[in-house]
Amino acid sequence: MIYRETGQFKTSYATDQQIFPIRQDRIGVLLLLVAAFVVVPLVAGSYWFNAILIPFLIFALAALGLNILTGYAGQLSLGSAAFMAVGAYAAYNFQVRVEGIPVLVSFVLAGLAAAGVGILFGLPSLRIKGFYLAVATLAAQFFIVWCLTKFPYLSNNSSSGVISVPNIEMLGFTFDTPQSRYLFVLTIVSLLALAAKNMARSTTGRAWMAVRDMDVAAEVIGIPLMRTKLLAFAVSSFYCGVAGALYAFCYLGSVEPDGFSLDMSFKILFMIIVGGVGSVLGSFLGAAFILLLPIFLDVTMPWLAELVHLPFDSATVSHIQLMVFGALIMFFLVVEPHGLARLWQIGKEKLRLWPFPH
Amino acid sequence: MQFFFEVLIGGLLSGIMYSLVALGFVLIFKASGVLNFAQGAMVYFAALSLVGCMEKGAPLWLAFILALVVMTLLGIATERFLLRKLVNQTPISLFMATIGLSFFVEGLAPMLWGNQVRSLDIGLVDEPIAWILDQYNIVVSTFDLFAAGMALLLVGGLALFFQYTRVGRALRAVADDHQAALSIGIPLQHIWALVWGVAGFVALVAGMLWGSRNGVQFALTFTALKALPVLILGGFTSVPGAIVGGLIIGSTEKLAEIYIPPVLQDIFGGNFGGIENWFPYVLALLFLLVRPEGLFGERHIDRV
Repeated sequence: MIYRETGQFKTSYATDQQIFPIRQDRIGVLLLLVAAFVVVPLVAGSYWFNAILIPFLIFALAALGLNILTGYAGQLSLGSAAFMAVGAYAAYNFQVRVEGIPVLVSFVLAGLAAAGVGILFGLPSLRIKGFYLAVATLAAQFFIVWCLTKFPYLSNNSSSGVISVPNIEMLGFTFDTPQSRYLFVLTIVSLLALAAKNMARSTTGRAWMAVRDMDVAAEVIGIPLMRTKLLAFAVSSFYCGVAGALYAFCYLGSVEPDGFSLDMSFKILFMIIVGGVGSVLGSFLGAAFILLLPIFLDVTMPWLAELVHLPFDSATVSHIQLMVFGALIMFFLVVEPHGLARLWQIGKEKLRLWPFPH
Repeated sequence: MQFFFEVLIGGLLSGIMYSLVALGFVLIFKASGVLNFAQGAMVYFAALSLVGCMEKGAPLWLAFILALVVMTLLGIATERFLLRKLVNQTPISLFMATIGLSFFVEGLAPMLWGNQVRSLDIGLVDEPIAWILDQYNIVVSTFDLFAAGMALLLVGGLALFFQYTRVGRALRAVADDHQAALSIGIPLQHIWALVWGVAGFVALVAGMLWGSRNGVQFALTFTALKALPVLILGGFTSVPGAIVGGLIIGSTEKLAEIYIPPVLQDIFGGNFGGIENWFPYVLALLFLLVRPEGLFGERHIDRV
């Protein structure tokens, strides 16, 4: 009853093809945005901004980038953290080396730089696929991090490649409070998420999905494979690059190349598996889940330990964290391969029929 | 030239060690089409089990058997609780499941056996062989030769096993086509449990050798990252490919580590060590651009 679209007639192609065709969805998204932009800044404290909300949004953006490549275009990548690193270092270099460049311009340029690198490492995808490609993207992961550590020019001659970024300034306003940084990140992330949602239903998105489902068949019906695959790499790396720039500028303030490790790439991959492969909403749900899980375990483990009278040291806690992570990944792949996003879809289905069972 | 050969031989011998790990990957991929990312974690788990049993007072041979039992149990559990539920899923989701498995095993192993770094003594000395040192002035240790011999033995044994035994034939049939194999009465689940057991055995041998050389520690899991470029170079489905790939990767990476940084240093200044971390990947990547199925991999034909 709540989610029924009866009576919502589409009288033009424009209304039929809009991003959110159902009125309830439009209202829901609007409410969500209002809550995120207005309510959250009023109620949340600075711990929430710094430790949870800002990293959540940034990782959701990175997961969105990987989801475009893996979920929509079907090219598995294990190097997303490296593309984030490219974005972070490119933004830093533009800020340092170009006098008076606006922050947003440097972010866009950083995204484009990451996209360029993404295309470079996407080139093998034209010849190889599947596992061979997944392993090949590891080359990007190791090579890029090595480059950033070893070439002093890229980190403006700082030792071991650590960069410290200044506060963001825009039109005379300095984003120095957690609140303002949160709003800055939120604006960028919501715009890019909307763009991704839009892309998924466009010609490009449909071409990606055709390539994902079977690339030979896609080529036969006239989809240019090279352009489609490379575009997926470029767009995905752009998203990851912007996420990386935000990671450096709005979250940590100072980053080193080794921070963008293989573990981080895996974490982003887990986000899209848990959240839902090939779903914009899933990237957000997955990011929230993977980021909150360690915090949740940190809080509950000592409590559980007390309950069963077992001394848990920090090493054991980290081992249990690894096990829970691994077990969850396997659990999701076995039980719900489409992730949390699918659960939401099932929920919508139920809401549509409620209070009747069928 | 002397130095060049020394580096080359050192590289070839360490390449054999990579091959040992790569073999485990190839076995499972051949039989079930799963790229088992958890092989590195299995090497760690196997080595830890071996050391753990020895610390409890078991002699090496008994510890080896006990560790083998543990690895077989792990293999059977993997088949029972993970692979069986994922039948008919895409290869990529199976791959991601093994990434999950590797995290799980990496957490489980130190929970069971403790996480401190331990040495493993298998009665081999890591010293240069005197007469080779005297004659040719090149350092080759007994340990390396033993590892090389072990790898060759394993490869020979596995090749014979795959080619001439009943079970080996069944394994190849399963690798070709699950459904066809099932329809002519090959028990798929037994075969998979067996393959994971054999892969556990290979992991145990690799873990024993790596562990006695570098100590039994978490870093053993990174052997998987060394084995992956070996795999794509040699082809995922080829046992000889794993050996040849390992030799190529091992030797070129050591040579690159010695000879490339000075060149870069002349051009850019600064320190350019650590090339061996990415060099194998880039080499394998460039190679794939020329020959997408690897050295000995099967060329596949796409049908719509």
